[in-house]
Amino acid sequence: MEQRVSPWPRIRTAGFDGLVVSFADHLTEPANRAALAFSDALKAAGLAGVEESSTSLVSAYVRFDPLNVGHAEMRVALERMLAERDWMAADLPTGRQLWHVPTAFGGAAGPQLAEASAAAGFGEADAIASISGQRVRVQTIGFAPGMPYLGELSPAWNIPRQTSLTARVPAGGLCVAIRQLVLFPVATPTGWRHIGQTALRLFRPDEETPFLLRAGDEVQFDPVPADALRELAEEPNGGAAWEPLP
Amino acid sequence: MSRALLVRSAGPGVTVQDLGRPGYLAFGLSRGGAADRLAMAEGATLLGQSETLAAIEMGAMGGTFEATEDMRIAVTGAPMRAHIDGARLAWQASHVLPAGAQLTIGAATEGSYGYLHVGGGIESPARLGSRAAHLAAGLGDRLQTGDRLAVGPDPNRDTGLTLDAEPRFDGGLIRIVPSLQTEFFAEDQIARFEATEFRRVARGNRMGVPLRQNGAGFESRAGLSVLSEVIVPGDIQITGDGTPFVLLCECQTTGGYPRIGSVLPADLPRVAQAAAGARLRFQFVSMEAAVEVEAQERARRRARAQHLRPLIRDPRTMTDLLSFNLISGATAGEAHLEERV
Repeated sequence: MEQRVSPWPRIRTAGFDGLVVSFADHLTEPANRAALAFSDALKAAGLAGVEESSTSLVSAYVRFDPLNVGHAEMRVALERMLAERDWMAADLPTGRQLWHVPTAFGGAAGPQLAEASAAAGFGEADAIASISGQRVRVQTIGFAPGMPYLGELSPAWNIPRQTSLTARVPAGGLCVAIRQLVLFPVATPTGWRHIGQTALRLFRPDEETPFLLRAGDEVQFDPVPADALRELAEEPNGGAAWEPLP
Repeated sequence: MSRALLVRSAGPGVTVQDLGRPGYLAFGLSRGGAADRLAMAEGATLLGQSETLAAIEMGAMGGTFEATEDMRIAVTGAPMRAHIDGARLAWQASHVLPAGAQLTIGAATEGSYGYLHVGGGIESPARLGSRAAHLAAGLGDRLQTGDRLAVGPDPNRDTGLTLDAEPRFDGGLIRIVPSLQTEFFAEDQIARFEATEFRRVARGNRMGVPLRQNGAGFESRAGLSVLSEVIVPGDIQITGDGTPFVLLCECQTTGGYPRIGSVLPADLPRVAQAAAGARLRFQFVSMEAAVEVEAQERARRRARAQHLRPLIRDPRTMTDLLSFNLISGATAGEAHLEERV
C-alpha cells in the first residue's frame, strides 16, 4: 500500500461490479455524516453508469456495469467527487424526521435488559432512563430490509456482542451492543442483547412507504408498560409519531 | 377460469422466482431472485420468451403440477426426474403440458436448483417490482399444495426443443476477484486459499453456501473486528471458525465478517448449484480478466438461441415417444416434424 499522510477516504472494489468509498475504518460521527452526504451527492450527481448506490456506516457503495463504464473510469469519477469538498465536515441530510417510539423495556419484552444493564454498569431502572433519555440517530439501514443501526449511545454502553446467539428476537425487538441499538424488521437470531420491544413495522412491502426509517432520522424510545404493546400494534406505525427535524 | 398452474404438491424449497429486485440495497433488501440466473436465461431461450418472466425454482426436490389448459413448459437447472402422467420427460427441454395431466418432478440427480418455466411466465402478484419470493425478508412464501399460480398469455407455440446445459452442477474451479477486504489476508493465507480444495456443506440455502476444508481455517489480520460493510452476491466471507461462506442472491446487505474475495457473476451459478459434497476450488483473476470473462459470457448468452435443436427421442424409450406424439399437436415448425421421425 502506498504511504500517504491519511489513507482516508479510500476507494476499493466490492466484487466484480462495485466500488466502495470509505471515510474511516471505524465508526465516527464525522465519517458517518460523510458517508451519508457523499451517498446523497452520488444520487444527485447521476454519474454515468451508476446503477445503484447505498451507504453503510462509514462508506458509500456504487454498483455499475464494468462492461459499460470501466472500473478505472468510475474510480476517477468518484475521486473527482471526493475532491469537491471536505466530506468529513458535511452536515446531516435534509428532510430528516424525529420519531418517538413507544417501547416496553425488560421483562418478557426485553429478557436481556438485566444482563445488558449490568454489563453497562447500571441497575435496570437507570438503564431504561439512560436509553430512553438519549436521542439516537439512524446511522445506516442495512442487513435486513428497513433495519436501522442507531447511535451513538453514551460510552457506558460500549458492551460487546454476545459470543453465542440469542435464539430469536421478535420483529420490532430492540437490541443493544457496542454503543449502538438495532431494531429487527423480522424475527431473527442475533448476537445483540434483547432489551425491549416496540410495535414498529419497519418493512411494509405493500404500503406506499415500504421502509419506515431512513438514514439520518432520529429516534427516541419512550418507555411504556408491556401490556400496552398489543394495542399499539393496532395503531399506524405501532403508535410511533414523528415530527420533522430542522 | 383464467389460465393457471396448480400446485398439487411441492418440496420444501419450491418458490416463485424471477431476476429479483435490484435497487433496494440502500434499504437493506438484497436483490434476491433465482439462485441460478443462467437457468432463467436457458428456460427463456427454450420457450422463446423474455428471461424476466417468473418461473418456479425447486431446491433439491420438485413437486406435482397441473395446468388448467394446454401449456408450454421448459425444465432447466439441476436435472430432476420428471414425468407427465408417468412418461419420462427430457430435462433441459421444452414440452407441452396438456390440461389436466400431472407433471411430477422428483429429486435432483445432480446440482441443487431445478427450474420449471411456463409459456407466458408465472404471473403471481408482484411486490416491490418483482414476483420473486425473498423468504429472509418475509416476501412471498414457499409453494404449497393447493396454490394456484396465474400464468401469462403465451403467444408462442414451439416445443420439443432442447439446449445443452452449460456444465455447472458438480463444483469445479471458481474464478474470483479481490474485494474490499482481501488486503486483510496475508499472502500465505491467500496462497493456501487458492491451493485448498473445499467441499460444499449440506446446510445452506438461498442466502449462501457454506464450505469446509481439511486442515486449518483461514484468518485475516483484522480478526473479527471488521466494520460492517456492503455485501454483494458472490462475496466469500471467512466466518468465525475460519471456513468460507459464499453469499448468494438472498444474502444480507451488510456484514462484518472479512471477505477474502468475490466470485465472478459468470461462475456464481456453479457455486449455487454445487450439491452437498461437491468439490470447489478458487482462483483469483485480475479485474481486466474478469471483465473479459463477463463479456464472453454475455456474447454466449446472446447467441444461445442459435444452439436450440429439436429434441431427438431415444428409441429405447418408445413409450415416451408415444406419449410425446399424443401431445405434439400443439407444436409447430421444424421441431414438430423432427418429433415425428
